[in-house]
Amino acid sequence: MHADRSAVLAGVAAEPGVPKPDPILVADSLQRSFGGIRAVDVDHLEVQRGIITGLIGPNGAGKTTFFNLLTGFDQPDNGKKSFNGDSIDGKSPHALARQGMVRTFQLTKSLTKLSVIDNMKLGARHQSGESLWRSMLRPLWGSEEKAIEQRADELLVRFKLDHMREEYAGTLSGGQRKLLEMARALMSEPDLIMLDEPMAGVNPALTQSLLEHVKDLAGQGISVVFVEHDMDVVRDISDWVVVMAEGAVIAEGPHDSITANSDVIDAYLGTHHDAPLDVEVDLDWKEADG
Amino acid sequence: MESVDWGFVLEQTLIQALGLNAAVYAIAAIGLNMHFGYAGLLNFGQAGFVAMGAYGMGIAVNQWGYPVWVAVLMGMLFSVGFAVLLGLPTLRLRADYLAIVTIAAAEIVRLVARSTALRDITRGAEGLNEFIGPFREFNPFNPSATYGIWFVQYRGNTFFAVVIGWTLAALFVLITYLLIRSPWGRVVKAIREDELAARALGKNAYRFKMQALIIGGVMGGFAGMVDAIGKATVQPDFFGAALTFFFWLVLILGGVGRVWAPIAGSILYWGLITFVQNTGRQLVDNGVIRTTIMDTNQIDQIRFWVVGGALALLMVYRPQGIFGSREEMALDAR
Ligand SMILES: Nc1ncnc2c1ncn2[C@@H]1O[C@H](COP(=O)(O)OP(=O)(O)OP(=O)(O)O)[C@@H](O)[C@H]1O
Ligand SMILES: [Mg+2]
Repeated sequence: MHADRSAVLAGVAAEPGVPKPDPILVADSLQRSFGGIRAVDVDHLEVQRGIITGLIGPNGAGKTTFFNLLTGFDQPDNGKKSFNGDSIDGKSPHALARQGMVRTFQLTKSLTKLSVIDNMKLGARHQSGESLWRSMLRPLWGSEEKAIEQRADELLVRFKLDHMREEYAGTLSGGQRKLLEMARALMSEPDLIMLDEPMAGVNPALTQSLLEHVKDLAGQGISVVFVEHDMDVVRDISDWVVVMAEGAVIAEGPHDSITANSDVIDAYLGTHHDAPLDVEVDLDWKEADG
Repeated sequence: MESVDWGFVLEQTLIQALGLNAAVYAIAAIGLNMHFGYAGLLNFGQAGFVAMGAYGMGIAVNQWGYPVWVAVLMGMLFSVGFAVLLGLPTLRLRADYLAIVTIAAAEIVRLVARSTALRDITRGAEGLNEFIGPFREFNPFNPSATYGIWFVQYRGNTFFAVVIGWTLAALFVLITYLLIRSPWGRVVKAIREDELAARALGKNAYRFKMQALIIGGVMGGFAGMVDAIGKATVQPDFFGAALTFFFWLVLILGGVGRVWAPIAGSILYWGLITFVQNTGRQLVDNGVIRTTIMDTNQIDQIRFWVVGGALALLMVYRPQGIFGSREEMALDAR
């Protein structure tokens, strides 16, 4: 949690669907069912600009489906959504990405037969060399490509992937792929980045540096929404936490208000429970780091 | 007497390996490489694109008397139209839909072309046979002389088509190379690897796939045009499903996703079947293989067994093709 950033939401009540001063993303009555399962049924949710929002919830709560709806990878049965104040209903994923909303996937999508550096360069938005007609004439895009490559190399260093630069992405380990996917998404210089379990499978020592990257993003004014099961991570970096269960947003607020919330504890543990929320047993990275 | 005249076999082998058919197959396979090797599009109807080029060009001259350059443009337009027609409904769907649709569409093209209903335009089963005149006016080679190097010689008219064919093949390899090393090529390869990832990064996968389908399809169209010019005829039954599979064979033999590989694959394929055919025929003619065992017609069938066997061996020992990358192949297994 970051003092300056959380201050924006200081006066905002910790209740589901509460309006925020400057929302970048708004979902309204968003619903999606698969057969009999109502995977997502969100009355109202606003994501504040410029902060890190953690999205938590038990397995099957509908977090990934909610991500899919927001990013255009799945279409809601009904409901409305807007991004940066504009309606984004029915927009395709690539159109949203070009508007500045980029996502990563829970099951990593590394482009295995592209080199790591090519994976990175792919992420850059609005490349003139991607036009069929210009593509064959290198002088038309060569200098742009150089600038992109330089930015890619900087990110690779930050993500400790620079030694793998020329390797096929398919040769990376699972954790490295997570890193690559996140770094690649950053290449697009998004306004909003949506990370679906970015730390899953990443070595605890690296988790710490990844967390720093995520905090950096918010420092640069990029809004972040991320799904995470590790409550230590959530506590450490979220300015605001949203809790989903059975498709609905059942609570939102600063981290401390969430862990004290009995609805949340019910959702995780199924029954009333007095113990403080400690969802998963995980490696303690603080020790691993020291 | 020697049982096999190896000089003659070698001569025939080289003439075929470097000849018209090899050039035509190479061009079509270069297009297929764009489709499958780079964009991951499963086109099982490349023969249909080849037919579109041949018929587009042939009809323009044969039936409508247009000049040569208009005819070539029409061959291209027919191929583009075919690509758009196939791509529009399928490219938004899963990859297998394109595969199914292309198989069927290519057969439909052949059957429609040979049908009596379109006789006024396509000349039905008879095919187009009166379009070559205007093309030959551009032929700088003497039709009654032979050209070539060493004992690899072609008659003037054939040589004209052979030169056009290999020139186009080289040009298309160059175009493929330029496209693929560009950011456009990066997107296309990314779509092949994982379309959703590419879309999440703002790439309009549908549009890129359509572009790739058109480019490879037009290359296929040019294969048809070169074939028509070389043979001075367009025959509907040439464009059967088997033709598509030979293009695939050439592509796989050379190595999928390597710019030069289709040319190498085609030369190898034509060299191999001609070598087997001529050796076999001579063994029969000279009595080494008795006609009670096998006659020359059967030899012509046997050559495909040999190619099939060679391909099977290749798949076992070098599944990436002759020039393909084992490293890339290994990534599939992970
Ligand atoms: N394509 C689909 N078809 C059918 N059911 C689906 C589909 N996608 C998701 N579901 C169902 O919707 C519900 C929500 O799934 P979702 O993947 O969104 O959960 P999640 O919160 O991301 O869970 P996890 O933490 O395990 O990733 C689940 O019950 C799941 O079975
Ligand atoms: Mg999920």
